[in-house]
Amino acid sequence: MFPSGWHQYLAGGVCVGLGVGLLFALTGLIGGVSTMYPSALSLVAGHPFFQHEKFVATRHWRLMYGLGLILGAAVYTVARGRGTVFVTAVPVWRLFVGGVLAGFGARLSGGCTSGHGICGIGSLQKPSILAVLVFLTTAILTAHAARALGGH
Amino acid sequence: MPRGGLWAVMAAALLSGALFGFGLALSTMVRPESVLQFLLLKDFGLLLVMGGAAGVTGVIYFILPRLLSGPVLGHHFETHPSHFSARTFVGAAIFGVGWGLAGVCPGPAVAGLGTGDWPLLASVAGILLGAWLQGLFFGKH
Repeated sequence: MFPSGWHQYLAGGVCVGLGVGLLFALTGLIGGVSTMYPSALSLVAGHPFFQHEKFVATRHWRLMYGLGLILGAAVYTVARGRGTVFVTAVPVWRLFVGGVLAGFGARLSGGCTSGHGICGIGSLQKPSILAVLVFLTTAILTAHAARALGGH
Repeated sequence: MPRGGLWAVMAAALLSGALFGFGLALSTMVRPESVLQFLLLKDFGLLLVMGGAAGVTGVIYFILPRLLSGPVLGHHFETHPSHFSARTFVGAAIFGVGWGLAGVCPGPAVAGLGTGDWPLLASVAGILLGAWLQGLFFGKH
């Protein structure tokens, strides 16, 4: 089940939960990540969809939240990971095309692994729980298909 | 305007995001390879990460509104209901295909940049493009 051990997974998950929980305790905000993307686009995209208050009015904290993600991971890399840089071997086309589909799908669905998977499940919302089962299924199928076609 | 002002809320978001990002790096979920190991059913660590995070979040979401009248810097605890609709599930299915292809989702794509994994910029660009296309052609508030 856990060839590399399980402690780091549980400890990391608890940290992630404490991050989402701290945001809620301090500000009352729900810390899904995928809304950050249309919120960032509201800086440049003039289309009325992106100029909605939902994205413009939350832009300041969503972008700081995203900056925090980078900083926290950087702190880990320097402090615990002894500065070892990891560069993925997944081909760039998969990172990009997968990104396009993940971005499109998350925004259509109204959440991603954090919005549905952590905040949605955390607040026991049935649509989110079902959404997680759906994306786990298609992700597992896709990863197997990609491997069968000679990928990672 | 939230209590405590804009700067306080931004600092709170930065700190919360940093804890989140630290956890993603600690759990190795910033690495596409780790996510793909789970999706290929070789290492079930991701379930512990998501379960641990959802568990802690769930306890906090449940207890705090019963304990406090409001958040430290805000006026009320927000909720974000999800809906039983075709969009939710079609979107989730498409999201899963992308996640299975790239091995990163919107959080780790950004957090991974902090570990020096620069090719993830391709994923961040892709997610931005996907979010833009979604808003342009299927945007609904």
